[in-house]
Amino acid sequence: MNRKQKKSLIRIIIAAVLLILLKTAPMPGRLSIILYLAAYLVIGYDILRKAFRGILNRQVFDENFLMAVATLGAIALAVYERSSDLSEAVAVMLFYQTGELFESYAVGKSRRNISALMDIRPDYANIEKDGKLERVDPYEVAVGTVIVVQPGEKVPIDGVVLEGTSSLNTSALTGESLPRDVASGDEVISGCINMTGVLKIRTSKEFGESTVSRILELVESSGARKSRAESFISRFARIYTPAVCCGALALAVVPPLIRLIMGLGGDWSIWVYRALTFLVISCPCALVISIPLSFFAGIGGASHEGILIKGSNYLETLSHVKTVVFDKTGTLTRGVFEVSGIHHNRLENEKLLEYAALAECASSHPISLSLRRACGKELDRERVRNIKELPGKGVVAEVDGVSVAAGNEKLMAGLGIETIPCRSVGTVIHIALDGSYAGHILISDIEKPHSKEAIAALKRAGVSRTVMLTGDADRVARHTAETLGIDEVYSELLPGDKVDKVEQLLSKLSGKARLAFVGDGINDAPVLSRADIGIAMGAMGSDAAIEAADIVLMDDDPLKIAKAIKISRKCIRIVHENIVFALAVKFACLLLGAFGIADMWAAIFADVGVMVLAVLNAIRALSAGRL
Amino acid sequence: MKKSYRIEVDCANCANLMEKAARDTAGVKDASVNYMALKMFVEFQEGAEPEKVMKDVLKACRKVEPDCEILF
Repeated sequence: MNRKQKKSLIRIIIAAVLLILLKTAPMPGRLSIILYLAAYLVIGYDILRKAFRGILNRQVFDENFLMAVATLGAIALAVYERSSDLSEAVAVMLFYQTGELFESYAVGKSRRNISALMDIRPDYANIEKDGKLERVDPYEVAVGTVIVVQPGEKVPIDGVVLEGTSSLNTSALTGESLPRDVASGDEVISGCINMTGVLKIRTSKEFGESTVSRILELVESSGARKSRAESFISRFARIYTPAVCCGALALAVVPPLIRLIMGLGGDWSIWVYRALTFLVISCPCALVISIPLSFFAGIGGASHEGILIKGSNYLETLSHVKTVVFDKTGTLTRGVFEVSGIHHNRLENEKLLEYAALAECASSHPISLSLRRACGKELDRERVRNIKELPGKGVVAEVDGVSVAAGNEKLMAGLGIETIPCRSVGTVIHIALDGSYAGHILISDIEKPHSKEAIAALKRAGVSRTVMLTGDADRVARHTAETLGIDEVYSELLPGDKVDKVEQLLSKLSGKARLAFVGDGINDAPVLSRADIGIAMGAMGSDAAIEAADIVLMDDDPLKIAKAIKISRKCIRIVHENIVFALAVKFACLLLGAFGIADMWAAIFADVGVMVLAVLNAIRALSAGRL
Repeated sequence: MKKSYRIEVDCANCANLMEKAARDTAGVKDASVNYMALKMFVEFQEGAEPEKVMKDVLKACRKVEPDCEILF
């Protein structure tokens, strides 16, 4: 608790004790009034002052004014009726202040919680000078400087490891709990925590351009874009309070006048009292605080999971997503070609692979690279002779005296060797040894481990349509879509076609349904910005994607998409719950108050109670872990 | 030009009022307040001097919420 809150707590306790004493031990009239007034001033002096200043500044309808009028009115009524019991006015102030205290405490607490979740801001960087480490402000470190990161410290600036090996904890950035091993030559991003060894890093960016600064900037400015629910509430609050005040005025004047005309007694004090009860209910606090708090907590909880949402409006739109469009390469698949099968071979798999890798050892084609990677062994080039590359066909070479032909069907046909076609989808490399067929190696872009699960999770989360766009060949695209369970595929698209396809899909949406596009940020910035929601994944470091996307996934796990949608749904549900609940209670109280069933005590209980419950409900949005 | 400022204010409705006051200040194109992050985002009109405009913004905000503070 800060000083202001403590002071307010002390005032609440003093007023509460006085109130209870006066209620339980009645005192003679005048003394009782004086003590009640004392309690009233202790608890409400600042509100009276603010209300007065509000009038001077022509800001009449704020909650201070309402509370001041309601309580002063209640005191005046009690005095007019020659009662010495001013407990109502004191109680209204007391509960109102308790509510304010709770609100400020809860908001402060969740603010701290969320900034603790995003506690990735490095405070210093170490620079080695004359053999000693010196701590400097990361802002002052120029690009290309060598910094030292010791175990337990955060990497302050993006860079490349020069010396040392270590594991990095990236969980604050990506939500991924497995540590990442790095050695010299590896790129590291700022915000990771160095766990085991000392690292020397040559910085490649300025602090302001580093990952950590960009993330913090993104999270902190997320409030600039407001959701429809938030603007609805602020508009509503602007109308609601004056409307209820007018209602209160009407309630105080109209019924007594009608009664007078009808020849009955005016009963002025009853109706004025009911009008004052109206004023107590007129404060829109519960709504005004709980809606932004829900969104803030939702965005905070999501960023803890490695999902950065650029504004509460996107959280709102995300909850309406019914169609998810994926880019294939790099999003659902790894974008790295790998050997995924070896078929019909006469030799051991390793042997065949070794022959192929050796034959291809001089080529820099991605397929040759993947063969060499799959082989895994250090290749001795001395074993290979007479390498002949046949562009568009393959390679012929002599390995350990055996003539090896590795390539496609055209190559084999040219050599007069019969091939066995592959049933699987991908790039096929046929191998012939000494002129006879030895089998083929299948190379394909493999799916990410969670892709299939991610599509299923999206379906469970209520996404009705999944679409994949790719520049790849139709057969490959169809196969991937089938294995992953994707509904529609559009293949052999040029980058520009993707925008057109997304536009077509957008035009087919009905009602509130929205479309999200998920890409890896390479070449798809136009599509990211064209979709209702653009999600860039694994985008740390790709500036264009961070600019164009509305939601940035810090790692490249497609499962996070379903999680983001679930978080948004939960948050929006909480927002709706709070709006409906708070409005229902308020209107019920207004109605009961108008008929004299609810008195001022009930009104203030309802007001503060709704606020406390709404705030507690809003804080639920923060826990996104188990979704 | 867009800038963000730290603010101090302790009620959500007051933050809304500050937002409106800032938006209505001359030289401000658009403004928005994030009560939860205690930040004010101001987009200035072309040619406006942020320092000068922010003084007016603070004055306007003080009118609606005497306790508020904008750090610039």
